[in-house]
Amino acid sequence: MHEQTILALAEDLRARRYSSVELTRHYLERIARLNPDLNAFITVAAEPALAAAGRADAALAAGTAEPLTGIPIAHKDIFCTRGLRTSCGSRMLDTFIAPYDATVVERLATAGAVVLGKTNMDEFAMGSSNETSWYGPVRNPWDHTRVPGGSSGGSAAAIAARLCAAATGTDTGGSIRQPAALCGITGIKPTYGRCSRWGMIAFASSLDQAGPMARSAADAALLLQAMAGFDPRDSTSIDTPVPDYTAGLNQDLAGLRIGLPKEYFGDGLDARTAASIDGAIREYEQLGARVSEISLPNSPLSVPVYYVVAPAECSSNLARFDGVRYGHRCQSPADLEDLYQRSRAEGFGPEVQRRIMIGTYVLSAGYYDAYYLKAQKIRHLIADDFKRAFTRVDVIMGPSSPTTAFPIGAKRDDPVAMYLSDIYTIAANLAGLPGMSIPVAPVDGLPVGLQIIGNYFEEGRLLNVAHRLQQETHWHCAVPTGCA
Amino acid sequence: MALDQSDVEKIAHLARLALPAAACTRYAHDLSNILALVAQMDAVDTAGVAPMAHPLHQTQRLRPDVPTEPDQRAHFQSIAPQTDGGLYLVPRVIE
Repeated sequence: MHEQTILALAEDLRARRYSSVELTRHYLERIARLNPDLNAFITVAAEPALAAAGRADAALAAGTAEPLTGIPIAHKDIFCTRGLRTSCGSRMLDTFIAPYDATVVERLATAGAVVLGKTNMDEFAMGSSNETSWYGPVRNPWDHTRVPGGSSGGSAAAIAARLCAAATGTDTGGSIRQPAALCGITGIKPTYGRCSRWGMIAFASSLDQAGPMARSAADAALLLQAMAGFDPRDSTSIDTPVPDYTAGLNQDLAGLRIGLPKEYFGDGLDARTAASIDGAIREYEQLGARVSEISLPNSPLSVPVYYVVAPAECSSNLARFDGVRYGHRCQSPADLEDLYQRSRAEGFGPEVQRRIMIGTYVLSAGYYDAYYLKAQKIRHLIADDFKRAFTRVDVIMGPSSPTTAFPIGAKRDDPVAMYLSDIYTIAANLAGLPGMSIPVAPVDGLPVGLQIIGNYFEEGRLLNVAHRLQQETHWHCAVPTGCA
Repeated sequence: MALDQSDVEKIAHLARLALPAAACTRYAHDLSNILALVAQMDAVDTAGVAPMAHPLHQTQRLRPDVPTEPDQRAHFQSIAPQTDGGLYLVPRVIE
């Protein structure tokens, strides 16, 4: 059962080859067997999952099933789930039971999906390796000594290991695309504002975006269909109609104009990763696409700009964690100041503290113009690069990550080296554009991700472009040893 | 820009983080490295460039000023560290 795509599972459920309860139990057994080693889940919700599966079976019997009815998925532990712990990978929220569901959670529940549990992640989504989690690192199913990427590393590993049919993720600087690449799965970060951020614990509010992670573009399309759409509760949600993503999957790619930014293929890109990306581009040429070189001259500034904008917003967003209304509170505070300072020092791990302090510094009196304002100006230049590029090409392609998965611990003590893992993904967040990662030919048995960036609200085109390659190739069908 | 231990102590205070001295020394090193990365921005001429406010140039939506949420105080306070009579409790602030 776990080998099937969502489409195939849905068909089997409708044909009563097995029930959603049986399917859910099957996934729960896999989680019990494989998760102790992988650490992809922080919380497994067996009882609520089986209850939801029972309701799904009733809907299937009554003929009122939706496309995702009875399909077992998982949520990144950044999405608030009513009655189920939402830790955000942090000691700060180790005992936090959200009083409400995030809009994305609510929408997927309405679409009939069964939630198996909450997946591990870098603390407050700050990290590119899943090593900053209070709950310990996630192991990459392809090589247990390596990282799965981050911050949505638990979701990516869970999908690669077939512990769920699909999962949600969030992407502030590459947190869907980079782990998708390192774990050999498909992930899409939609346009900023496409999916509601309500109930999604905020990291950097001008960059954060939710998206689906799945085994294939066709499966991701089904999830995005349920997740996307206007939400009045999110003030940055955009009121634009959601197209039928599945209907557009099979469009012909003849004449598709692909742009390859020369900045994405320079020094720093591993040569064998580059060869794998080239192989995928050649497949697209076979499908009738036309490839040309483009330039995004300001994109090398993405990482510096991001490490001003994201920490600045994080220092503001994380000010709410004060030990008063919810979350960790220190023992026997001497006074209010002590309560704040020790609760936050104990509740936040080192990477979160680093980013809060960078953000506090760049926003402090006298430094605002030199850092935050300057960064927001360069951000404009980065977005303008893309605007110019999209007058000449339909999609932009390149690597999702400069290397394959690195060993656990390799970059843990060097924050700047870790930050450079997201060198190809951050620009799309700064510009607010949709981006996707799909598996291409592996290197030494480790997955490689092709990144596809589209114009605003062109998620449908990205899914179409990804799906057509997945019809012609089998890279996305590979399963890690021991997970078959 | 390189930060020293006393800079980090000041920043940590602004961010309300109680950090031991050893941590401040370590963070001074890390934060200085991050600021060195960020300093790449200095080489860019941004004269006449407007700061980006929103990628799609959206402005904040307004809604009618009417209550949309029911009172859920008891529900929300059920996860608070310390409450009494519907109030959140903190150490005494006023003598």
